[in-house]
Amino acid sequence: MTEALSLVPKAEAQQSMKDFKSDQEVRWCPGCGDYAILAAVQGFMPELGLARENIVFVSGIGCSSRFPYYMDTYGMHSIHGRAPAIATGLASSRQDLSVWVVTGDGDALSIGGNHLIHALRRNVNLKILLFNNRIYGLTKGQYSPTSELGKVTKSTPMGSLDAPFNPVSLALGAEAGFVARTVDSDRKHLTEVLRQAAAHPGTALVEIYQNCNIFNDGAFDVLKDKAQAEEAVIRLEHGEPIRFGAGLAKGVVRDPGTGDLHVVDVTPENESAVLVHDAHAASPTTAFALSRLADPDTLHHTPIGVLRSVRRPVYDTLMAEQLEAAVEQQGKGDLGTLLAGGDTWTVVG
Amino acid sequence: MTSQVSSPAGQAGEAGGAQHAQEPQEAVVGEQRRPGDGKEVRRLDRVIIRFAGDSGDGMQLTGDRFTSETASFGNDLSTLPNFPAEIRAPAGTLPGVSSFQLHFADHDILTPGDAPNVLVAMNPAALKANIADVPRGGEIIVNTDEFAKRAMAKVGYETSPLQDGSLDAYRVHEVPLTTLTIEALKEFGLSRKEAGRSKNMFALGLLSWMYHRPTEGTERFLRRKFAKSPAIAEANIAAFRAGWNFGETTEDFAVSYEVAPASSAFPPGTYRNISGNLALSYGLIAAARQSDLPLYLGSYPITPASDILHELSRHKNFGVRTFQAEDEIAGIGAALGAAFGGSLAVTTTSGPGVALKSETIGLAVSLELPLLVVDIQRGGPSTGLPTKTEQADLLQAMYGRNGEAPVPVVAPRTPADCFDAALDAARIALAYRTPVFLLSDGYLANGSEPWRIPELDELPDLRVQFAGGPNHELADGTEVFWPYKRDPHTLARPWAVPGTPGLEHRIGGIEKQDGTGNISYDPANHDFMVRTRQAKVDGIAVPEVEVDDPDGARALVLGWGSTYGPITAAVRRLRAAGVPIAQAHLRHLNPFPANLGEVLRSYDRVVVPEMNLGQLATLIRARYLVDAHSHTQVNGMPFKAEQLATALKEAIDD
Repeated sequence: MTEALSLVPKAEAQQSMKDFKSDQEVRWCPGCGDYAILAAVQGFMPELGLARENIVFVSGIGCSSRFPYYMDTYGMHSIHGRAPAIATGLASSRQDLSVWVVTGDGDALSIGGNHLIHALRRNVNLKILLFNNRIYGLTKGQYSPTSELGKVTKSTPMGSLDAPFNPVSLALGAEAGFVARTVDSDRKHLTEVLRQAAAHPGTALVEIYQNCNIFNDGAFDVLKDKAQAEEAVIRLEHGEPIRFGAGLAKGVVRDPGTGDLHVVDVTPENESAVLVHDAHAASPTTAFALSRLADPDTLHHTPIGVLRSVRRPVYDTLMAEQLEAAVEQQGKGDLGTLLAGGDTWTVVG
Repeated sequence: MTSQVSSPAGQAGEAGGAQHAQEPQEAVVGEQRRPGDGKEVRRLDRVIIRFAGDSGDGMQLTGDRFTSETASFGNDLSTLPNFPAEIRAPAGTLPGVSSFQLHFADHDILTPGDAPNVLVAMNPAALKANIADVPRGGEIIVNTDEFAKRAMAKVGYETSPLQDGSLDAYRVHEVPLTTLTIEALKEFGLSRKEAGRSKNMFALGLLSWMYHRPTEGTERFLRRKFAKSPAIAEANIAAFRAGWNFGETTEDFAVSYEVAPASSAFPPGTYRNISGNLALSYGLIAAARQSDLPLYLGSYPITPASDILHELSRHKNFGVRTFQAEDEIAGIGAALGAAFGGSLAVTTTSGPGVALKSETIGLAVSLELPLLVVDIQRGGPSTGLPTKTEQADLLQAMYGRNGEAPVPVVAPRTPADCFDAALDAARIALAYRTPVFLLSDGYLANGSEPWRIPELDELPDLRVQFAGGPNHELADGTEVFWPYKRDPHTLARPWAVPGTPGLEHRIGGIEKQDGTGNISYDPANHDFMVRTRQAKVDGIAVPEVEVDDPDGARALVLGWGSTYGPITAAVRRLRAAGVPIAQAHLRHLNPFPANLGEVLRSYDRVVVPEMNLGQLATLIRARYLVDAHSHTQVNGMPFKAEQLATALKEAIDD
């Protein structure tokens, strides 16, 4: 068992995917990418081997936020954007729980942006799954904070005017210790990223590109279509050279002058200069530079995998330690003594 | 009954706001210190003193110390700190004036007093800002060192009020407080500026002499406060003693006063002085102990509620978790998350914060989880008057959410009562699985009064039973857990916390099917659930409202919250003047006590004084069809008893 979940009780018996399916009918649109993510999560959970009653899924509002209803664990479908705050209270008061947050691009990055960045900064033991479909689904198709500039939607008939967030860049800027990106349709990759996120002590942010087949269909086709994906996707593996493209003909190198990263055609001369991915690098600088390789419009050079996985002090652990230290230093609190503190006087009958 | 002074139980001086670790037991405090012979001593039954100065002059500390001396001596007392929202407003200006009023007596008193008998004015601004409140014949002690031409001009005095005759109606003591302090401290090797800073302690010493206050507590407090710089501690003590000696020796102060302990005002017991926010904090810690649940506070700093966050943060050895969130919404969000996990969850704030928390309160109503929402009301709307008091959040607490979202409302009546009100709010939240509003205000939060320390076995049992297993049998005999199957008596749903095997369930803000808790858009179910949530709150057990009516009056004055003191004082005045009037005071605003309608209908006239524009009056008029007369004041200050008595008399005669 990983350190992140060391205080969470284990399941007594072997679990199967079925154990994590609730009796509720799944109500996403047919063909929605959320189905694949749900299946991947339900399929992955038995691997953790945690007592089901000690797992909690907390969500906000949006299509993705229906997720907890379909998991046969404890769950809360809360209000728009606030899931990280609610989960923070739960996780920081109950270290014996494995707490997961399911959110979307609108929920996490628009209305709930403040809670997201502060959860990441604090490093509470939360696993945040951010389903990014680059559109508002539940409210029927307005542009989202990750939609590309100029996006034509019902609320932006002449095109959207605001530049999108890159959630990975944002998370890295918010001091996140664990940041990864994966794709709904790649079950194997998604599961591997979940595995690493679950093992990480503290907040883990997993951005999952998710297709909304009703309002933004095909948004990630360039990353899914075999022919295109080869050139568009940069698969990151810790300790491996960052190479991609047909025959791994392309690689990422650092410009010695600016320190910035560039995609180059790999040649025998520059092969040794190809960057080796270090997810555990203390500085987030290179991870951030990698996140910036992606073109927000075409999604070319989109890195997927674990961009950063670095140990930082965990908020709920620190909080528990302070409580223990207070008892050590002051003794266990005694209410009678507390109430009778201060200058007192006695009136005798 | 006699009063005697006990040993203090270690950590002293809560009112001073200083941080103290465990202290060894110390010698007796509270012995009256008598002046020497040779001067006249007059006996008084009550005195109102107001210390006023610049924000940086230490008036709040001075007031706190005088209060502690007075409390340990055994007078009844009531305090009113009054300070600007700015941390350090420009020196010597009217907006920068900070004051502390203390009313103490040999009998039980209810308010900090209408008008000071004695005003200590540390500078021209303090005199100008406060003189209108001092009745003619009152005593004024002015620090003449600050009455330079420029300082006077700054606040609009074209001629010196000390010389132009404008203070002829008062008994003015002109004291060069700064000079005398510097003189007294000349052997300490401090700069003039540093030495001058102790002038508040000189003033405190002088007033302590005038009113025969015990002094050991203050000296001990100063040693503790300045433990890291003993020289500063000794300098302050020297200034304090110099002030005392100045009273003793100078001819200007020919008379000192005695105010006997309020022996008969207090039932037997051990007492301490306590402010509303401290009492409320202790009430929360007590509620956690009595419910055997860990206390979790999610909060964002806001005046005048932050003291509760500070206080609870000091008591982690009670298992108290305090979370300073990124905003008001996260503060209550974290608290709600902790409530889901089985904590006694609290969020603390003031009116603007309540506005931000509204959506989450609505979620808590829908989730039916216990949650305390503490609102220390201040002047509004918007940022309003952060450091002044008001009762204008009542309707926000009652109705400030989308949909039908009833929330119980509990309001303490005095600073010490904040302790009991917190326990009562916790009782309701835990027993009925509901968010509960606790409506205190700035006046209660910062004001203080003597509090009889309760014995632990007097505290209510607040223990709750978490759900432990299935609670429903399906038609086919299967045992299942239904998160929204209610207790038939309280209508509370089971509290099933994560970690309980077999009770895995999902809850959310979408309408739920009765019983199963599954999402339901069924019209009849929604109608049923809305009415059930309302019925649950309507059915909360609250004590009947008591009516104090010794004379069989035809008029009733009805109040709620912090107006209890001024209303009761006004009622006493009217009765003393031969005007019969009945009084009732509400702790529970939602639901109202079951007998309230009957009480209201049994009087020809009902008067409702409030520090808002008539919010309770609106509620009772709507609910009981009673033609209540609303008397309102929204000047950021508590009612004055005399003015209120006049207003009540007019309302009765009207």
